[in-house]
Amino acid sequence: MSGMPIFDIAGSALAAQSVRLNAVASNLANADDVSGDPATVYRPREAVFSAMSVDPANPSLAGVRTSGVMESQAPPIKRYEPGNPLADGTGYVYAPDIDPVAQMVNMISSSRAYQADVEVVNTAKELAMSTLSMGH
Amino acid sequence: MADSINSLFGVHAAALGLREARMNVLASNLANVDTPNYKARDIDFARALADATAAAEPQSKLATSDAGHIALANGTDTSSANVYRIPLQPSLDGNTVDGEYEHAAFARGALEYRASLSFVDARAKMLMTAITGQ
Repeated sequence: MSGMPIFDIAGSALAAQSVRLNAVASNLANADDVSGDPATVYRPREAVFSAMSVDPANPSLAGVRTSGVMESQAPPIKRYEPGNPLADGTGYVYAPDIDPVAQMVNMISSSRAYQADVEVVNTAKELAMSTLSMGH
Repeated sequence: MADSINSLFGVHAAALGLREARMNVLASNLANVDTPNYKARDIDFARALADATAAAEPQSKLATSDAGHIALANGTDTSSANVYRIPLQPSLDGNTVDGEYEHAAFARGALEYRASLSFVDARAKMLMTAITGQ
């Protein structure tokens, strides 16, 4: 096992999936934020993945890179709450457009992918250990 | 020396290297399960092994007497056997990785690696027996 790119590949995927999980956690934590100004209200974030070469000699091997964390451009939801201390002059507050169900689905998908990558690392480690102890 | 090692371990030395190369490709697929426009890949193991064993046999080696001649692939060069997977369920983002399928292929690949490893290991132990006489 020369260089063992499998650990780089699975490691990059673990890092990328954890960025995605963090983005979901941030969105769920801020799901009930309100603001009196639509420009300052929290915007849902989403990690964007792209393939990344880990071995220049072998282009068929690809890890994952988080090429950016995008903020949603969806307009905030406008609610009439004149009793809210954060309301603007006309009695409106603005809340981010976060769908908790979509966020939970995103979280489950991400956590499944993370588990699969952990399993890849464990299997690769086990096979490498067996290879190292060959002949004993 | 390389030829004598090949004759000691038979096809299993080449097979072990190719199995590792295939595990790397399957790990790439699993890593990119959510990457837009990523196309799942695989190695056609039978073709890669045929290429590797053909390259190891002296009589089938190409003479490279000129700088422009191309030598045959060495043991773990799988470039001629790289294939793209045909997607079972194409998705809108252009990704062709099927997580469950890759998972099963990876588990099977790990088992095949262990099988090749046990063949090489058995040969090594046999040689130790022959050398030490115990």
